[in-house]
Amino acid sequence: MSEDIWILGINMTKFGKHPDLDTVDLAAEATTAALKDAGVTMGDIGILAAGNLMGGGLGIGQALQKQVGQTGIPVYNVSNACATGATALRTAIMAVKAGECDMGLAVGVEKLAGAGLLSGGARAADKNEWTPKGRYGAVASVDGRIGTDTMPGVFAQIGMEYGHKYGGTSFELFARISEKNHAHSTLNPLAAYTKRMSLEQIMNDVMIAYPNTRPMCSANCDGAAAAVVVSDSKLKTLGNEQQRRAVKVSASVLTTDPWQEACQILPDVNTLTRNAAEQAYEQAGIGPEDLDLVELHDCFATAELVHYDNLGLCEPGGAVDFFNSGASTRDGKTPVNVSGGLESKGHPIAATGIANIWEVCHHLRGEAGDRQIEGARVGLAHVIGLGSACGVHILESSAA
Amino acid sequence: MGEQIPLVEYLVLGAEPHLRAHECTKCGARYFDRRNACASCFADSFKAFDVPTEGELRAFTIVTFAAPGVPVPFVAGVIDCQGTSVRANVINIEPDPEHVELGMKVRLATYSLGEDDNGVEAVGFGFEPIGTNS
Repeated sequence: MSEDIWILGINMTKFGKHPDLDTVDLAAEATTAALKDAGVTMGDIGILAAGNLMGGGLGIGQALQKQVGQTGIPVYNVSNACATGATALRTAIMAVKAGECDMGLAVGVEKLAGAGLLSGGARAADKNEWTPKGRYGAVASVDGRIGTDTMPGVFAQIGMEYGHKYGGTSFELFARISEKNHAHSTLNPLAAYTKRMSLEQIMNDVMIAYPNTRPMCSANCDGAAAAVVVSDSKLKTLGNEQQRRAVKVSASVLTTDPWQEACQILPDVNTLTRNAAEQAYEQAGIGPEDLDLVELHDCFATAELVHYDNLGLCEPGGAVDFFNSGASTRDGKTPVNVSGGLESKGHPIAATGIANIWEVCHHLRGEAGDRQIEGARVGLAHVIGLGSACGVHILESSAA
Repeated sequence: MGEQIPLVEYLVLGAEPHLRAHECTKCGARYFDRRNACASCFADSFKAFDVPTEGELRAFTIVTFAAPGVPVPFVAGVIDCQGTSVRANVINIEPDPEHVELGMKVRLATYSLGEDDNGVEAVGFGFEPIGTNS
């Protein structure tokens, strides 16, 4: 059995608008702060895994090295949709687990402030000659003609499908999930939006794709997050304070979507999340009832509901009852998205999968200030990227 | 009637328009696009399967904000056609939550996308509520 891995240092930048900083600046800011938090330098790092999904540039990892330290270590530039950050972290963890080095760095960064709807792109004008193209032999754009490519629309259907299967959902129920997360965000100074929103405000806001209104969608913003991971044997050689603040990675899992009947027409975000959660609980030797907090991928309010079930926070089919019981509020049984979630904290895509780890670590270290979940010992962070990829990490405080 | 071409290859036009999937000859998994091998069982031979034209609306959204050039609002959904899931718009219906219901029975319907310079008419499809007179 390979040795345990620990988060030694971690940081996220303020999420929001950073007009004067580019992706490399933001990545450097998070990296420098994570190294400082870890009490190490780039000279200690043996591998760098970095992700930047929408920037379009090549080699964010190498560009980052130019700003923080070029030591010749291997760089893995990773891309895995909204699971890019978790993939970078998992890459660094795998390298340390494999014994290739004893310390690794993972970074995710995105500039998305002001970006509009993320979808298949503008529809081109129809040609003056119908010519079949692509794997479906389509003679014209199918987005809007055969369903929707927009993310709010895809995830709306995922929530509606759950409602059809188990009942109990409504526009208001989904809006109340968003109300909870916006309320949570008021305690998070690093969130892009920290405004409390009433149920009426949420339901009367601009409808994007029923039942998701604008505040029920993840917020496009700028941000970066970085984490330093270390092997157990290396950690034992470090200082007492470093050992005390280190957070144990009890499980690190990445899955993809296995074939399911309907997966070709609506992405199946459920099966791969269920698989990842099951593997993670087994690796960690704990169950969902042991979790003190969960940061899950609420890219839309409709998504949060299905992941209560997928992560096993409730009985199968019991997500609506779970939410209605108040279990997922910050004073509930299993607080979910006390950071404010993607709907208010924001979703700078490649940063998200490390930022949610930061949130959990912050609580496990007892450093979360006003929003501290008292006595938090164990937490779970989940992300999903369409295509699909799912990352689940379970973290435990060093005293656990 | 002039020449017609379907919006996508898996729409079969004619007297009884329907969708046609590629069905894996080994495990029965169905695909609307061409596959090199079956994603479920890895076999590499397929046969045509005619998808039933009636089904039940299993999930939907009403898109009111879409990419430039895509007219809104429209209803996008997942239709369970007796065991084969189909992605389509729900058409010939008011696009609001008072009219669209989970579980409603729908059937395939076609519509014209217009003619190109050669006089060829492209034909698309959607699913309409069973019971409408359109």
